[in-house]
Amino acid sequence: MAKPSLRKLPIHLILIAGSLLMLLPFYWMVTTSLKTPLEALRFPPTWIPAALKFSNYLEVFRQIPLWRYLGNTVLITLLSLLGILITGIPAAYAFARFKFPGREIIFMGLLALMMIPLPVYLVPSYMILFKLGWIDTYAAMIVPWTVNIFSIFLLRQHIKQLPQDLFDAARIDGASSLWTMIRIVIPLCRAPLATIIIFNVISSWNSFFWPLIVTNSDHIRPLQVGLAYFSREQSTNYTLLMAATTLSIIPLIILFFIAQKQIIQSQARAGLKE
Amino acid sequence: MNRSRRSKETINALLFLLPALIILLGFRVIPILLSVRMSLYDWGMAGPRAFVGLGNYLAVLKDPMFYKSLLNTGWYILFEVPATLLLSLFIAILLNQQIRGLGIYRTIYYLPVVTSIVAVSVVWKWILHPDRGVINYLLSLIGITGIRWLQDPRGLFQLILGARAENLPYALRGPSIAMLSLALMGIWKALGYNIILFLAGLQNIPKTYYEAAKIDGASRFKTFWKITWPLLSPTTYYVLIMSSIAAFETFAQVWIMTGPPPGGPLGTTKVVMYYFYENAFELWRLGYGASIAFIAFLIILALTIFQRLFLEKRVHYG
Repeated sequence: MAKPSLRKLPIHLILIAGSLLMLLPFYWMVTTSLKTPLEALRFPPTWIPAALKFSNYLEVFRQIPLWRYLGNTVLITLLSLLGILITGIPAAYAFARFKFPGREIIFMGLLALMMIPLPVYLVPSYMILFKLGWIDTYAAMIVPWTVNIFSIFLLRQHIKQLPQDLFDAARIDGASSLWTMIRIVIPLCRAPLATIIIFNVISSWNSFFWPLIVTNSDHIRPLQVGLAYFSREQSTNYTLLMAATTLSIIPLIILFFIAQKQIIQSQARAGLKE
Repeated sequence: MNRSRRSKETINALLFLLPALIILLGFRVIPILLSVRMSLYDWGMAGPRAFVGLGNYLAVLKDPMFYKSLLNTGWYILFEVPATLLLSLFIAILLNQQIRGLGIYRTIYYLPVVTSIVAVSVVWKWILHPDRGVINYLLSLIGITGIRWLQDPRGLFQLILGARAENLPYALRGPSIAMLSLALMGIWKALGYNIILFLAGLQNIPKTYYEAAKIDGASRFKTFWKITWPLLSPTTYYVLIMSSIAAFETFAQVWIMTGPPPGGPLGTTKVVMYYFYENAFELWRLGYGASIAFIAFLIILALTIFQRLFLEKRVHYG
């Protein structure tokens, strides 16, 4: 056994060097967040903070409403996810299993819509939200994002592959389409639903451009926008900035460690499907 | 199937599709159509001021800043995308050698992918600090000093050519050091994503091919060029297209890391998305912004079609 592992030593050396480079920004973020401002600016820098200054974290909470930002992000993420499931599951089921005139055309239309980049509809969307009086509200960050075409596409592919017998049996039993969807389709879609949930949570948690544009006041900002403004206001206060950034990434990092296998497999699967 | 059941199925389908279609109509289809109309007007915050026909489009096409932003974006794509692709392919191949600790390596390389671009930008701005940053400290250990990273507007080719290149036109100066700093961060952030795609692609190549090559006594290099590379081409192609589109949409990095004003130094990191944002949402020239968006969209579309026509021919779909 010693021989093959020795042969792989150079591979490990390269991968470890790469890993250190990948981790360096994270390490530097955390250690800076625990330094005094004076120590953070020392050059040559210190690898381990002389004294762990946890009070930087308390100071962040004094300077910006971080809990508020976090709550906003959680609210926006969960409600848009709920919307995506409520609109997406029946739509995918209809596309996969119902026969109706125009089905293929509507579906192709959706796929074409998916290709159109954000800037093309951003300006008029802003006007519409403005007319609705929704600028600077949660609705502006949630309602337009309660449909995700890629999720519909992914689910449809899966539902199409389910055996026809299931649906025939349900029909013979006189089950309604709604009942069939809830009792048969959803339980058999665990894997694609997990993919959809993971993808949409990550993307709405991290979204920046849209909420930046449709919000004005601080109390409504999600985490990303709040952090971005904080980084402009305190552009040289590195210890506080790093503490705020560390706090902002902890929730998703925890999610990543819990659902790591799912996330990585989902990404590989979604990549191969397109 | 009788007629009444069929019409019942159509009604059912409509009911099932309705929620999704209403939202899409209101927040995608109508905005896209409205965008066409807005692009034909001088449209400010208060509404349309005057019909200008194709005036906005012509004004964009005459604006030197537009070409500058296009060029900046082009440099970014040209440096970030191929570098990420090659590096991630290399690491994926290493990870595919039945090594121990695959899971740990994969986790580490993937961490930046789940981290938000905002957080990443804030951290990188700090580690790239020209006087206090850890990157310049590490470089100083091997004798490299004085790189100003995000503050240096000088072009790469300009630096390579030195004094001879003082009057080089902007288009030939190459990406500024500031833009290369953004590209460096982009590589770090996107690496894990591409590694996962390449790993999946590599694992799809049947082992028997490699066994056959081994029996034939093919060298490692030859095995890579004759088996791995062609059979991996669908993944490579997908990675190339997706990374190019993502790179075209670079925005948050510029907003957070560059300037003030963002897009600096000397406008060398002003990308198309930032140019769009600035015109539409800072100067509130909404009609003008809409036409920038359409022109940018057409460019992305053209690039995708170009890649389809010229690269897809070489893609080997097993």
